[in-house]
Amino acid sequence: MMSLLLPLAVLCPLAASIIVFLSAGRLSARAVGGVACGGVGLAALSAIMLATGLLAGPPGGVVHAQLWEWVRVSGFSADIVFTLDRISMVMILVVTVVGLLIHVYAARYMADDPGIARFFGCMTLFVAAMLVLVLASDLLCLFIGWEGVGLCSYLLIGFWHDDPANTAAARKAFFMTRIGDTALLCGLLLLATQAGSLRIEPILAATMAGLVPSFTLIAAASFVLVGALAKSAQIPFQTWLPDAMAGPTPTSALIHAATMVTAGIYLIARLHVLFAAAPVVMAVMAVTGALTLLVAACTALVQSDLKRILAWSTISQLGYMFLALGCGAWQAALFHLMTHACFKALLFLAAGAIIMRLGHEQDIFRMGGLRRTMPGLGVAFVAGASALAGLPVVTAGFYSKEMILAGVWGSRFMTPLSAHVLWATGLLGAFLTALYIFRCVFIVFAGEGKGAVSGGTPRLMAVPLACLTFLALFGGIIEMPDVIAPVHLFTALLSPSGHPSPMHEPGWTVLAGAIVPLAGLAVAWVLWGRTPAVMREMPQQAAIIRLARPGHGMDVLYDHIFVQPLRLLVWLTRRDVPDRLVAQAGWLTRSASIALAKTRKDILDTVARRTAIMTAEGSLLLGWMQNGRVRWYAGWVAGGLCVALAVVMLS
Amino acid sequence: MNPLPALVLLPIAGGGVAWLAGRSRMAAALRVHDAPWRIALMTLVLETLVLLVATLRHPAHAEPWMAHFSMPWVPTMGIAVRLDMDGLSLALIWLSLILCLACLFLATRQVMANGGVFHFLLLATLAGVIGTFLATDLFLFFFFWELMLVPMFVLIAVWGHEDRQRAALKFFLFTQGGGLLMLLSILGLVMMHYRADGVLTFDYFALAATPLSPTVSMLLMLGFFAAFAVKLPVVPVHVWLPDAHTQAPTAASVLLAGILLKTGGYGMIRFNVMLFPDAAARFAPLAMGLGVAGILYGAWLSCSQDDVKRLIAYGSISHMGFVLLGIFSSSPMGMEGAIVQMLAHGLSTGALFLVAGSIEERMHTRDMRRIGGLWAAMPRLSSAGVFFAVASLGMPGLGNFAGEFLVLLATWHVSPPVAVLASVGLVLSAIYALRLVNSIFLAPQGGSLQPMADFPARQMMALGCIMAFLVVLGLYPQPFMTFSAPSSPFPTTAAGREGHAS
Repeated sequence: MMSLLLPLAVLCPLAASIIVFLSAGRLSARAVGGVACGGVGLAALSAIMLATGLLAGPPGGVVHAQLWEWVRVSGFSADIVFTLDRISMVMILVVTVVGLLIHVYAARYMADDPGIARFFGCMTLFVAAMLVLVLASDLLCLFIGWEGVGLCSYLLIGFWHDDPANTAAARKAFFMTRIGDTALLCGLLLLATQAGSLRIEPILAATMAGLVPSFTLIAAASFVLVGALAKSAQIPFQTWLPDAMAGPTPTSALIHAATMVTAGIYLIARLHVLFAAAPVVMAVMAVTGALTLLVAACTALVQSDLKRILAWSTISQLGYMFLALGCGAWQAALFHLMTHACFKALLFLAAGAIIMRLGHEQDIFRMGGLRRTMPGLGVAFVAGASALAGLPVVTAGFYSKEMILAGVWGSRFMTPLSAHVLWATGLLGAFLTALYIFRCVFIVFAGEGKGAVSGGTPRLMAVPLACLTFLALFGGIIEMPDVIAPVHLFTALLSPSGHPSPMHEPGWTVLAGAIVPLAGLAVAWVLWGRTPAVMREMPQQAAIIRLARPGHGMDVLYDHIFVQPLRLLVWLTRRDVPDRLVAQAGWLTRSASIALAKTRKDILDTVARRTAIMTAEGSLLLGWMQNGRVRWYAGWVAGGLCVALAVVMLS
Repeated sequence: MNPLPALVLLPIAGGGVAWLAGRSRMAAALRVHDAPWRIALMTLVLETLVLLVATLRHPAHAEPWMAHFSMPWVPTMGIAVRLDMDGLSLALIWLSLILCLACLFLATRQVMANGGVFHFLLLATLAGVIGTFLATDLFLFFFFWELMLVPMFVLIAVWGHEDRQRAALKFFLFTQGGGLLMLLSILGLVMMHYRADGVLTFDYFALAATPLSPTVSMLLMLGFFAAFAVKLPVVPVHVWLPDAHTQAPTAASVLLAGILLKTGGYGMIRFNVMLFPDAAARFAPLAMGLGVAGILYGAWLSCSQDDVKRLIAYGSISHMGFVLLGIFSSSPMGMEGAIVQMLAHGLSTGALFLVAGSIEERMHTRDMRRIGGLWAAMPRLSSAGVFFAVASLGMPGLGNFAGEFLVLLATWHVSPPVAVLASVGLVLSAIYALRLVNSIFLAPQGGSLQPMADFPARQMMALGCIMAFLVVLGLYPQPFMTFSAPSSPFPTTAAGREGHAS
C-alpha cells in the first residue's frame, strides 16, 4: 500500500501536467487551475499519508518502491527506484504542502494570463520532477529530477517571452545551473565507475567502510559540491538567481525560494556521509556558505526592487544552510530549509499580492504607507520578515537559525577558532538580515502613501497567505535550544535510532542569537522607520550603491571575463574551417582546370589558325606557280633536274 | 516465407508503382492528385507489417542472428545475395520506417512537382538503407551503400533549395570518395582471404575469420573507416553535411539526418569493430579523440549559426561524436550507449528537421533573425520544436541523455579527462538548443506575422508518437538495449556473446 502511494505521489502532478498541456486552449482558466491544484493536492495528501505511515512504523524504517531497471550492462546498473526515509519525508512535505498553497494562490494570480495552461503545465511538471529528485534513491534517477526542475525553471523564468530580457534571464539561469549539472554528472560518472551502481545506500556504505580511496572521495565530493552550489546559487554561481525574478511571482516563490534552489542542500544532506569523509570539501563548503551569506545580505541591503531584495535574501539564507552543512550540522540545515521554505514563500506571495495591487510596481521607493491601505498583507509580510530576521521566540526562523548557530559553534574542524569565526560570521549575517528586511518593511509599509492602490486581495490568494503566516510563525517550535526548552522533535525525527546529539552551547550564545536580530530591527527603525527617515536613500545616490544594487559587481565581471569573450570567439570562428578549406580547394581546382583548358584551347587555336594560314598561303604559292607559261614550266623542269643531279652527285 | 528479401524489394516495387501513378496520363486517369503519396503510404504500411512479422517470428533471443537469407548471385566470384538480421539491424530498420512514415505524414504530401518521381526516389533511398542494414555479403553491402547514394543525390539536386547543385555535388563526391576506399578494402580483404584459404568469397562470416597481419588489418580497417567516417560524419570530413542538410528538401533532410548518418555508425560497429577487433582496439585512442573533437567542434559551430537547418545540422555532428566515442570505447556499455544515441538522435533530430522544414515552408526563410517568435501563431508547432530541442540538449528522461550517459560512463572507464571534455559538449549543446528555442519558438513575435496554419491534429499525432518513443527511450532504455544488441560474426565463440553482454 505504502509503496504504491510513493509513485502515485509523483504521478498525480505529472498527470495533471500532461492533462493541462494537452488541453491547452480548450480548458478555461479556472479549470486549468483546478486540475493543477487537484494534482498537487493529491500529491500532498499522499505525502501526508506516507508521512504518518512512516512515523507510525519502526524507527529507521523506509518505504521502498522499485519501479524498473533503467539499464543493466556489464559493469553498471541503474534503476528507477524511490525510497522514502525521514530526510525525504521532510522534503516531500515541504514540496507538496508549500507547493499546494502556492498553486492555490497562483490559480487566482495567473487567472487573467492567456498562457495559463503553459504556466500550470510547467508548475505541476516541476512539482513532479522535484518529487522525483527528492524520492530517488538512485543518483541517476535523482539526476533526472535534478535536470527536470532546471528545465521547468527555465521555462517559467522565460514565461513572458515577449520581452527578450526575460528569456535572456531564463537562459542565464539554465546555463549556469547546467555548468553545475555537468560537474555533478562527472561526479556521478566517477562514483559509478568506482561502485558500479549509483544506489545511494551502497555508495554511502562503501564510503563508511573506507573502501573508496580518499582521492576519489574528495574528487567526487567536489564535483557534487559544484553541482549543488550552482543549483543553490552560491558564490561563484550566485548571479543567476536575482535575474530569475523575471518569472511570475508564484514561480519565484515555489522554484526560486522554497524548493528547487534548496535541492543542493538536500543533495548534500543526503550524501552527508560522503562529505564527512572529505573534510577539505566540507571546509570549502562552510567558507563558501559564510561568504555568500555576507555578500548576499550586503547586496540585499542596497536593492530597490522588492523581488530582488527577496532573491538576494534567498541566496543569503541558502548560504546559512551551506554553512551548517559545512560544519556537519545537516539536521540544522534541513530544519532551516523547512522553515525558510515557509517564510520565504510567504514573503514572495505577499510581495506578489502587493505588486499586483500596485499595478506591477516593484520599486520599494515608489511604495510607502501601505500599512493603512493593505493591513492584511502588511501583517503577512511582517510575519514573514520577522521569521526571516529570526525575531526571538515568536518566529520559526529563530529556532532554525539558533540550531544552525549552535551547530556551527560546536563544530570541530580545523581549529576551534575558525568554528568560532564562522559563528561570528553567522551572527553578523543575522544582524544584516534583520537590517535589510526591516529596511524593506519600513520603506514599504511606513511613511506616507504614494501611488494608487487598486482592489482587494482575492480570497483564493488570502487563504494560502494565512496558512503560510501560521507556518512561518509557529512552524519552528518542534525544535528548541536547551536553554529555552528541551524540545528536539526534529532531530529525533531525522535520527530516530537514539543519541540525539544535543548541541552543547553556552547560554550566552543563544542570548546573542536572540539579541542580534532585535538590534538589526532597532537600527533599521532608526534609519528608515521614523518620519522623516534618517536615510533618504534614493536610486543612483552613491557610486557604491549603484555598483552593488543590481548585484552588478560579479555580473559585469562575468560578462567581461566569460560571456563577451566567448561570444566574440564564437563569432570569430563562425566559419567552418574544413568547409572553407574544401571550398577553397574546390575553387582552386576549378580555376586551375579552367586555366588549363583555356591554355590548351589557346594553343590548339593558334596551331589551327596557323595551319589554316599556312595552307592558304601555300596554295597561293602553288597557284602562283601554275601560271600557264611554258617558259616557266621548262625553267622549273631544268631547275629540278639540276637539283636532283646535285643531290645524287653530292650524296 | 523469408521476410528479408521482401523488406528490401517492397520499397523499390512500391516506388516504381508510385512513379507510374505520378505520370500525368495516369494521374488524369486516377483523378487523385496525390496518388503517388497514397501508394507510398501503402507501401510503407505493408513494409511495416512485414517488419512486424520479422520481429515477432523471433520473440526471444534464441540465437543472436534472427533471420537468414541466401541466394547465389555471381557464383564464380563468390558473390551471393546474403541477408542477415540481428537486433541492431532490426532496430535501425524500425527507426527508418518510423521516420519515413513521419516524413510522409508531415512533409511529402505537398510535393506537387513530379510527385511520382519524388516518392520513387524516397523509397529507393529507403530500400538502399534497409539493404545496407541487412547485407552480409560485402559486395552486396557495397552495392546497397552506393544505391542509397544516387537517389539521395537526385533528391537534393532537383528538389532542394537555392544552392542545391553545389550541395548535392559535395555530398556525392565526399560519400563516393569514402565508398571507393571501402571498395578497395573489401577487395583487399577478399584477396587476403583467397590467399589464405583459396576460396573466393565475399561472405561476411567467412571473411571475419581471415587471418591478417596487424599492418594489413589496420590498413583494411582504415579503408572501411574512411567510408563510415564520411557518412557518420567525423569532424574533418563532415564538410558535406551542413550544406546537404540545409539545401535538401525537408523529407530528404530527415532521411539524411535520421537514417543515412546511422549507416555510418552501423558500419563502424559491424565492419570496423567486429571485423577487425584488434586493429580497432589499436585505433581506438585516435577515434575517441576524433569523437571528442566532433562533439566540441559541432556544438561550437552550432552556437554561431543563424540558419535553423544549419544549426540543427551542426548539432547532429556533435551528437554523432558521441556515437563515435561510444563505439570505440571498447566496452559493451559504450557500444550500447552509441546505439541508444543513434536511435534517439534519429528521432529527435529527424523531428527537428521536420519542424524546421514546416517553418521554412510557411515563412519562406530559414534565417532565425527573420522568423521571430512563433508560439502565439503556432503553439503546436512551437511546442513540438521546444520538446525536440530540449531532447537534443540531452535532458535526462529523454532518449539522448540515456545514450550520452552510457557513452560518457564507458569513456570515463578508459580516460576520465576525455569524458570531462566530452561532457563540456553538454553545456555547449544547452547553448545552441536554447538559442534555437528563444529565437524562433519562445521569442518576441516577428514583425510581419500573417496568420499561419498550425500543425493539424493528424501531424501532431505523428510527432506525438516520436515524442513518446523518446520519453520511453529515456526512462526505460533497457528493453531497447536488449532488443538492439549487435551480434558478432562469430556465432559460436564466447567472444560473440560478449558483444551484447547482458
